[in-house]
Amino acid sequence: MAAISEAAEPTEPRDVTLAALFFGFLRIALSGFGGVLAWARWLIVAQRRWMSDAEFLDVLSLCQFLPGPNIVNVSFYVGGRFRGPVGALAAFSGLMIAPTVIVIALGMLYARFGELAAVRGGFLGISAAAAGLVIAMGLKLARPFLQRPVGIVFGLVAFGVVGLLRVPMAEALLALAPLSVAVAWVRRR
Amino acid sequence: MKPGDVLLPMALQFALLSLIAVGGANTVVPEMHRFFVESRGWLGDREFADLFAIAQAAPGPNVMIAGLLGWKVAGWPGAAVATVAMCGPSGVLTYAVGHVWHRFRGAPWRAAVQAGLAPLTVGLILASGYILARAADHGWAGYAVTAVTTALVLSTKLHPLWLLGAAGVLGALGLV
Repeated sequence: MAAISEAAEPTEPRDVTLAALFFGFLRIALSGFGGVLAWARWLIVAQRRWMSDAEFLDVLSLCQFLPGPNIVNVSFYVGGRFRGPVGALAAFSGLMIAPTVIVIALGMLYARFGELAAVRGGFLGISAAAAGLVIAMGLKLARPFLQRPVGIVFGLVAFGVVGLLRVPMAEALLALAPLSVAVAWVRRR
Repeated sequence: MKPGDVLLPMALQFALLSLIAVGGANTVVPEMHRFFVESRGWLGDREFADLFAIAQAAPGPNVMIAGLLGWKVAGWPGAAVATVAMCGPSGVLTYAVGHVWHRFRGAPWRAAVQAGLAPLTVGLILASGYILARAADHGWAGYAVTAVTTALVLSTKLHPLWLLGAAGVLGALGLV
């Protein structure tokens, strides 16, 4: 399979080497507590400028709609887009290797120290802040829709159905996606 | 329990979950619980819950729960098998679909799909944030940490790790 970026565009960043993909995703992985999508946006859009906010949202939408861990899908997509199958593997390994070692080391430590009050408290504080990171990311990505009432409505419905009613994401997406796409198709100019 | 008795059924289970996990790894955690605790009896309830908390608190993707479960029941080979089985099938699918997706970036159907999915994505991210906050916050102090973090990320360029570090210290001191 050829690289997804086969049809070279002049605007495409040139510095997205295999090493950049590996270490970029390594950094995303090591930064992300309680979910890494917010960090992926921070590195890919704000810090490295590999993609614009709109492009990133587009990639993210696809990766959320497809099955599998979202950030893993993002690594396959972004790696593949810039450097083909080897790029996908580089991004994926960068994403997974360090966290796997760390999480298993934590598993070993937790078996010994997990009952300490300070450790449990630290976990609580970190997860409360991690939730804030995710919410802030959602609000940042919501900005482009603020002028589009239909977008706001579908965003709110998705939030309500999954967040408040706790419908499984898969079912919610399978029900809402065709509707939302159909509305977008009818309203296209 | 020989490793072989564990690795193959676990690989098949995770490969299946990989392809049905629409919305991310956390959506199939109940299925993982069903497999490891209820159907195979490899882990106890409390053990599973603790491992899940570790995977959430550790740096890295939510999918780390798969590798951690694999490690718990079959050591390092288990971690490798679980990770590859959980990520491989969906990753290859994404790679293939992404190829097509990028090639048709100018097509009208592609623009409609994009415009239709994007607001849902935002809604789902906000829903995850809300669910995470509900799970993590057990009192006003927890909600305050979540709200202040949200506000600081939106209004400053502070590196998010500082916010997590500060929250972790507050928690360790018993203030959250």
